[in-house]
Amino acid sequence: MDETLKKQLMKTAVNVRMGVLTGTFHAKSGHPGGSLSIADLLTYLYYNKMNVNAQNPDDENRDRLVLSKGHTAPALYAVLAEKGYFDKKELESLRHIGALLQGHPCIHIPGVDMSSGSLGQGISAACGMALAGKLNKKDYHVYTILGDGEIEEGQVWEAAMFAAHYKLDNLTAVIDNNGLQIDGKITEVCSPEPIDEKFRAFGWHVIVLDDAHDFDKIDEAFKKAETISGKPVAIIQKSIKGKGVSFMENQVSWHGAAPNAEQYQQAMNELKAALAELEA
Amino acid sequence: MADVIKKATRESYGEALRDLAEKYPRLVVLDADLAAATKTGIFKKAYPERFFDCGIAEANMMGVAAGLAASGMIPFASTFAMFAAGRAYEIVRNSIGYPHLNVKIGATHAGISVGEDGATHQCNEDIALMRTIPGMTVIVPSDDVEARAAVEAAILHEGPVYMRFGRLAAPVLNDPATYQFELGKGITLRESDQDEITIIATGLMVGEAVSAADALKADGISARVINIHTIKPIDKELICKAAGETGRIITVEEHSIIGGLGSAVADCVTECCPVPVTRIGVNDEFGHSGPAVDLLKEFGLSSENIIATVKKVLNK
Repeated sequence: MDETLKKQLMKTAVNVRMGVLTGTFHAKSGHPGGSLSIADLLTYLYYNKMNVNAQNPDDENRDRLVLSKGHTAPALYAVLAEKGYFDKKELESLRHIGALLQGHPCIHIPGVDMSSGSLGQGISAACGMALAGKLNKKDYHVYTILGDGEIEEGQVWEAAMFAAHYKLDNLTAVIDNNGLQIDGKITEVCSPEPIDEKFRAFGWHVIVLDDAHDFDKIDEAFKKAETISGKPVAIIQKSIKGKGVSFMENQVSWHGAAPNAEQYQQAMNELKAALAELEA
Repeated sequence: MADVIKKATRESYGEALRDLAEKYPRLVVLDADLAAATKTGIFKKAYPERFFDCGIAEANMMGVAAGLAASGMIPFASTFAMFAAGRAYEIVRNSIGYPHLNVKIGATHAGISVGEDGATHQCNEDIALMRTIPGMTVIVPSDDVEARAAVEAAILHEGPVYMRFGRLAAPVLNDPATYQFELGKGITLRESDQDEITIIATGLMVGEAVSAADALKADGISARVINIHTIKPIDKELICKAAGETGRIITVEEHSIIGGLGSAVADCVTECCPVPVTRIGVNDEFGHSGPAVDLLKEFGLSSENIIATVKKVLNK
């Protein structure tokens, strides 16, 4: 990947992470851990991959993204705010009464393609969007992001079967494999492993992205995905829950807890330092 | 009514989808391995490229329908009421209801008249479940003519619609030449100045209510009959007027007395014109196997029971 572009994406991803912290801090609740693990992915998709336009969010030819792991809405909102779908100030009223930004993605928010958050459902809606694209002979692409804990939901596998049966090669599902869910390690709660073999068995082309925080590797995975036809693609991205904030990384306790003022300050200082380093 | 034509509303549903497909090019149909039973197979035969079998996976089917609707299509998602409203309830609520997507749910094999398959497949709770979802329209057609009209009304309505169809052949009551379906508007089928009670029925029970009223007339009891084909939004005005004018209501439905038509009518009159409401329906119990016609009699879903109940509440 071009070094200038990569650096720009890295800087944007830091801003997205700041947005996640800002949102959850002001909300005094929310899910920072899993939001931070997909910050690089969302930045890559919205800034380097998807055909979207903040000025025309309902364009029927646009690429679509369904955040099936909807509890990580702070990351989606942060990237949409960066893109200009709505004012960044909105992040400060996330989850507040009367606010635009709901606790989980809501289709009525500019840039949000589908309401989601009840786990396992987003991938089905993404299948429907991809099917509609085929029917209407549109060349848009549909992306959906699932948690690795989320795929314990049976509906995910109903959808996986459907997508392969109807050869939805305009659908890419990213499984955010940070290894943690609310009750602990996914392998200890009720293991969905081996994830790659499962998707392969369901008729998907599987790409393992071994570092979800390296834009070169992300780019490589998506470029490879583009070459696949006749079947949907699952990208299993190995990520770090809480990535970018030292005390949140790989800590399951940060799945669904907001930082207090002190923690927020510390996290923001770390991110500001990271940004300064990138800008140096 | 020996010479009355009978037809199951599921059959009308399948035919209506086929007949309306050309007029509405955005219409597509999904099923969950029950096309032969829900009668969406009729559509599939005529428009195979617009029909998508989702396999035995109702949750995903509802989600796929949501995604299709979010991309401008008008999907009809079909399966038995038990699985559409029951198994897939939460997907219908969160992926269709909450985003208020333009999905039409065609639920067949509703109620006790499923018959021999027994309690696991006899859904007597679907109206209750669906009418609690904000923005969901709930339609229960009474016959072939109404069912066909309801399908087109659902297409023309922007937003989620739940339609309830039956397995059992039902008498065709309405004249297709004159019948008019208006979403949310009840239809008064029997009315006079002497009405001392109102029988409000829906679906398969409308025919029974009319038969009961006609028999009661011969016994000198004048009963108004209202067909409520749209349970939600319900025709408050018509129901409250009937409550005021007749002072007594009996509801009849092939559904649990908890949460269905009876509850919806009671909700209305409690606010506008409190009168006693007697609910005929499936009581707080499960059904069981048996021929549909026998089950309907056993569970009191018959003109005979309506007549007896009217006489009882009027002390006649």
